[in-house]
Amino acid sequence: MIEVRIHGRGGQGNVVAAYLLATAAFNEGWHAQAFPAFGAERRGAPVVAFVRLNDKPIRRRCQVASPDFLIIQDEALLQVPGITEGLKPDGCILLNSIRSSESFADNIKNNIVTLPATQLATEHLGRPVPNTALLSAFIKLTGLLPQASLGRALEERFKGDVLNKNIALIEAAATGLTAGLWKETANA
Amino acid sequence: MRKALEGSQAIAQTVALCRPQVVAAYPITPQTHIVENIARLVANGKMDCELVSVESEFSAASLVLGAACAGSRTYTASASQGILLMSEVLYNIAGLRVPIVMTCANRAISAPLSIWNDQQDSMAVRDAGWIQLYCTDNQEAVDTTIQAYRIAEKTELPVMVCVDGFTLTHTLEPIDIPEQEMVDQYLPAFKFSRALDPRNPTSIGTLVSPDFYSEARHSHHHALLNAVDEIISADADWEKISGRAAGGLLAVDGPDDARIGILTLGSVYGTLSEARDEYPELPATSLLKLRAYRPFPADALRIACQNFTDLIVLERALSPGYGGIVASEVHSALANGTAKPRIHSFAVGLGGRDIPMGIYKQLHERIKVAEPAPFAIIDVALERLPVEDFGIETPPIDTANG
Repeated sequence: MIEVRIHGRGGQGNVVAAYLLATAAFNEGWHAQAFPAFGAERRGAPVVAFVRLNDKPIRRRCQVASPDFLIIQDEALLQVPGITEGLKPDGCILLNSIRSSESFADNIKNNIVTLPATQLATEHLGRPVPNTALLSAFIKLTGLLPQASLGRALEERFKGDVLNKNIALIEAAATGLTAGLWKETANA
Repeated sequence: MRKALEGSQAIAQTVALCRPQVVAAYPITPQTHIVENIARLVANGKMDCELVSVESEFSAASLVLGAACAGSRTYTASASQGILLMSEVLYNIAGLRVPIVMTCANRAISAPLSIWNDQQDSMAVRDAGWIQLYCTDNQEAVDTTIQAYRIAEKTELPVMVCVDGFTLTHTLEPIDIPEQEMVDQYLPAFKFSRALDPRNPTSIGTLVSPDFYSEARHSHHHALLNAVDEIISADADWEKISGRAAGGLLAVDGPDDARIGILTLGSVYGTLSEARDEYPELPATSLLKLRAYRPFPADALRIACQNFTDLIVLERALSPGYGGIVASEVHSALANGTAKPRIHSFAVGLGGRDIPMGIYKQLHERIKVAEPAPFAIIDVALERLPVEDFGIETPPIDTANG
């Protein structure tokens, strides 16, 4: 079973990111589960969502305690104590940041890849919503799902201009990343 | 067709398949998404019903009561404080024997204020005279909602479908939404035997003198007891159409040689069932899914517990000053039978506290005692409790949580 914990702030589309990833995986034949650990919903507050993917039905309902992957939508959340808690030793972190991956190597032992997702989103959507760019990068790095699966999941949720701009955004986000860089963790 | 859906979205789509004519609800977390999704279906022309905006839960319940008395199939949903606010009307709906289906998106009760999941809200209206059915996953929420209409309309009793808030309502998972034809085949158009009719005026809800009140209560009680058969057959008939059963009154899952049983209501069942696979070294254990809480399936429980030495009743609510609500009923159901397991009464996951897989192992540790301990909330953090909680003695060392 693959477990993902997504950290973000209210308004960044944290829960939607979890739902999109689970939907994309479900469409590819996975058993998938996605759910939020809500506080009272409000913009700007730290929020967490979880995704589980498995080749058999998922019955457990508890929060993800030892994720294989973290997706962190806001670099400042790295300052929140315990944000990487429970991450498996070979677990990987995808971080929304304009800084290079290497610049975090001193402080973070896990494999970390950064993506300037807010910048990319602002460019393509005109709004600083980093979730779909990060998902696209996540799918490329893990090789868990075909790259096109995210676009198909987006089609179920959005249409028109929003959909088209997101499709362009997720293509741009995946460009330049090493396909299957995190394959080992994803297949563990 | 199986789709990846949020629980609330699936429930809303299912309600639409049941073709209610009148829907009224007041938004409250974590029920809100259900009603939002229904509003969207109505706005997009995919659901043909009168959707009434009301100013409170009291009004929502009153409105569906009136509409049902006029012969409409109705729907409402609420949670927590909303259930409490409508409680006066809930008693009236049941006492008047009006078929209504509602979803309770189970949530803790204030104070302290909590928006998160436990089952104190539906337990608080346990005695309102409604049928209460609890769902372990979103598929059951879908299937039970459809069945609830048939049960309500055949028994002329209201049915509350209890779905754990957030844990189910806000979880996206694969859910099979039945075809409209399947639901139409299962659920004929509603014809209320006592629908108000201006050509034949009658009064309902009038004053009942001591000459008749006891008989009315007697009949209401027995209508609930008799509803057992319809709950079973509604599930069996839905299984014939959909291929899925939701567990009838009480579903038991475990090996024949199991001497330990764990009885739960709602979504914690899934976690326990997966945990049982993760801890094969622990003694063989049966999981009991109490689907129908009202009417209480005492006979089925006695049969299910026949071979147990220990029965753990794991609840998501409590009666302060007493302890386990369901456990007390389990005690009473088993008091006069031949099944005599030791009964362990625990509460867990109050106000949304996460229930980890390890709870299964903890439960097994907890019952290794000479005599069953008094009721306990087993996932409290002992170090956060004031000394008064432990009387004059020092706090006990909690080996199970340590």
